[in-house]
Amino acid sequence: MELQDFTIKQINKCLKEKKFSAKELANAYFDKIKNTDKDIDAYLNLTQDLALSQAEAVDQKISNGEEIPTLAGVPCSIKDNILVKDEKCSAASKMLENYIASYDSSVIKKLKEQGAIILGKTNLDEFAFGSSCENSAFKVTKNPHDLTCVAGGSSGGSAAAVASNQCCFALGTDTGCSVRTPASFCGVLGLKTTYGSVSRSGVIASASSLDQVGPLAKSVEDIEIIFNAISGKDILDATSVEYKYEKFIENNKPLTIGIPKEFFAEGINKDVEKIVKEAIFKIEDQGFKIQEISLPSSKYALACYYIIQTSEASSNLARFDGIRYGLSKQNENDLLDFYLSNRAGGFGAESKRRIMLGTYSLSSGYYDAYYKKAQEIRQLVKQDFKKAFEKVDLIMSPVVPFPAFKIGSKVNDPLSMYLADIYTVPVNLAGLPALSLPVGKTNGLPVGLQIIANHFEENKILSIASIIEKLV
Amino acid sequence: MTYKVTIGLEIHAELKTNSKMFCSCKNDPDEKRPNYNICPICMAHPGTLPVANEAAIRKVIKTGLALNCEIARESKFDRKNYFYPDLPKGYQISQYDQPLCEKGFLQISDRMIGITRIHLEEDTGRLMHSAQEGRASSSADGRPDGESFSLVDYNRAGIPLMELVTEPDITSGKEAREFAQELQIILRYLDVSSADMEKGQMRVEVNISVSKTKKLGTKVEIKNLNSFRVVEKAVDFEIQRQTKLLDAGEKVVQETRGWHDKKEITFLQREKESAHDYRYFPEPDLPTLHLKEDYIIKIKSHMQELPDQKRERFEKEFGLDKDSIEFFVTNKDLSEYYEKVVSEFEEWTSEQEKAGAHVKASKLVANYLISDIKGLLVGKEFIETEFKITAENFAEFIKMIYKNEISSKVAKMVLVEMFNTGGDPSEIVLQNNWGQIKDVGELEKILKEVIEKNSKAVLEYKSGKKNALQFLVGQVMAKSRGTANPEKVSELFIKLLK
Repeated sequence: MELQDFTIKQINKCLKEKKFSAKELANAYFDKIKNTDKDIDAYLNLTQDLALSQAEAVDQKISNGEEIPTLAGVPCSIKDNILVKDEKCSAASKMLENYIASYDSSVIKKLKEQGAIILGKTNLDEFAFGSSCENSAFKVTKNPHDLTCVAGGSSGGSAAAVASNQCCFALGTDTGCSVRTPASFCGVLGLKTTYGSVSRSGVIASASSLDQVGPLAKSVEDIEIIFNAISGKDILDATSVEYKYEKFIENNKPLTIGIPKEFFAEGINKDVEKIVKEAIFKIEDQGFKIQEISLPSSKYALACYYIIQTSEASSNLARFDGIRYGLSKQNENDLLDFYLSNRAGGFGAESKRRIMLGTYSLSSGYYDAYYKKAQEIRQLVKQDFKKAFEKVDLIMSPVVPFPAFKIGSKVNDPLSMYLADIYTVPVNLAGLPALSLPVGKTNGLPVGLQIIANHFEENKILSIASIIEKLV
Repeated sequence: MTYKVTIGLEIHAELKTNSKMFCSCKNDPDEKRPNYNICPICMAHPGTLPVANEAAIRKVIKTGLALNCEIARESKFDRKNYFYPDLPKGYQISQYDQPLCEKGFLQISDRMIGITRIHLEEDTGRLMHSAQEGRASSSADGRPDGESFSLVDYNRAGIPLMELVTEPDITSGKEAREFAQELQIILRYLDVSSADMEKGQMRVEVNISVSKTKKLGTKVEIKNLNSFRVVEKAVDFEIQRQTKLLDAGEKVVQETRGWHDKKEITFLQREKESAHDYRYFPEPDLPTLHLKEDYIIKIKSHMQELPDQKRERFEKEFGLDKDSIEFFVTNKDLSEYYEKVVSEFEEWTSEQEKAGAHVKASKLVANYLISDIKGLLVGKEFIETEFKITAENFAEFIKMIYKNEISSKVAKMVLVEMFNTGGDPSEIVLQNNWGQIKDVGELEKILKEVIEKNSKAVLEYKSGKKNALQFLVGQVMAKSRGTANPEKVSELFIKLLK
């Protein structure tokens, strides 16, 4: 069984034709994980019992001659900040090392209803704070294309698992780059969904106004199937909206593509620039109109993002106090000591850094200069996109200014690490959807093209992506 | 030397809703089992999100409308960040700069007390601390043995809580108490809160300063006041304390004080710390509330009668005196019962006598409820579903008095019987043979007996002493166990003794 060949629809077809059972398929993936994950370190935890019982249920349905949903029996991996009932959910933090989820996140409920098989929980930067997957408290996920390079983050485990065929697809979360960057580094597709299109209920919050769950997979078609399955209004998430995915139907007018000049400026790796531009030229050859645009506020986006992200994160992490669950050290002298030792022991360096930054930005006397200012800039970033989408249908850019870098090369320089997010964070600030689509390689390392659309126009992205997919 | 006293109140009230503020857990303030009404959301488990309870929002808006507030068209929730074990999320979802209601007022006696704002937030859990190091309860109930410990109960965490802040318009303990009392009545009328102070469903905090000049004095906060009486006493004590300090040329220190119930004094709880920085910011998990005109109008149109409206109506409709009206205003359930009885009574009266009968019955029903029934309840709350006398039976009972079918003495006995058994008054009268003697012959027989045995009183009457007649009538009433009609007896005496 050659696992890399499988798309969701092929698996569905094979299962229905009884070429193999869901259980056999799940076991094949577990074998693959066993053989490869000691090098890659994509998984934090395998959910074998759950997966096999799910697979048996699917097989039972098939043998009963029942209809099965498209995702039934399709093995996937889940980023370990998305709760799966009765399974550990650590967010790659010592704070939650032994935390067992008491409920299913809404996206998992939907996947389970469809019968998708959950193989395990994948590695991430602690609480999704990072762009390289090096901030995990437990392991560093390696890039399957070069084991000395990072997989990207924060959904590095999910991207590496898909890239190394340890699962058919994966779920990640994207707060500033976290689905797209690892997808770009690992050469798979990753969709950051429109804010509000997918429920955040049961997803450990990084920054509430920016977080979104998104799929990682190997084909546009797969991405579309998964997005369709997980999107929609959820009563448990007040920020989710009524939404139904519909395929984009092209009319006679060809789509116009905007190229933001600010995203091809100084600091971009020449090879990355070349590969991305070549992909855009190919699109132009297909009759799509290419137009240069400007997103003038994007130069402030990174600073704005790191204020809003850390402010919200500092508050979101306050619940981890050791009182009700999580790391809890006993026999401390007083309440303050208790808090200090739990939080000092539970959080890693990047989490502490972000808690401090965010607490500072929200403090009285600094609030106006930082948090409030950042919110104002956020409005400007939104305005930029709004104006741009009056002229163009889609925006294309690189995902990251450079390909995957060496493990350890940026860990002591958080600022240069933050620069990796420069093309991706404006999308989160504006709540837009964006896809990372692999379009080439440099020195054996994949390069992704970022395709951004207006709110809830994932269908336009996927429509054009399926064309590019065939061209490259 | 006179001092200017400035008082503002901060009043919290737990809202009466089916579920908590941001999750579907039951809102049950009477739940005794600790940590029973909890779920991943109100325990702040990872990944959980709040969803605002619309009923709670509606109740705060209703309160705002009753208190003449401006209702926000756009309102939002904010996070108030601080660490404490009773606060699961490490922040309380509250409202900072866009409260649901602003700029209202409430009239008490003849004064308008301004209301700065009313906002909605969530309550915290409850902490229980072991009394002392080394002194703890047995381990049989699962508590740590022999050590000092603290326990947290999260049943209350996430219960919707309304916070009302007044303008510093209050000038005495009496006014503070009156404001709080009137607010309690309003909250109960609107079915917004049970507002029981002893149960902590309504909590009053006082900010008070005293000054010789127009400039405000140093603010002192008094917390943990668990009854209206204590509110008044604490304020009055604090005015005295601060006045004495100023008289002696000393300074009032900004601090938080508590109330010592036994000593009846306020005492220092904690000195002013460096101002708390709660790092408020807009709650990103909850969208901004856009309150449309028709939404507010709908709430307004479903508004219950307010205490002031009831005062006016009871005076107009029933002609009751001030004290009776106040009794019914503060005893809402009993007042509703009262209205039912009066309306049932009308069924017994003919068209011609309606107007006169109504006036008389209104007073009769009120008197029996306020004195007799209140007495029979011996301090217990009136709960209509547990009250055995139906409004219909009560009305019939009043009719019997009104039509002189029973004397007031018999009436009291009948009422006790009705209260205990829920029986029909005419049945009770019949069974006990308490009906008035209708037979004139029978009555005359008793009268003659009384005349024979009381020749002295008869002589006195005949010599012009009117009081003697009263005495004779009394004798007949006693002999007949109250079943004679005193007016009739009087008449007969006059006739017989001519």
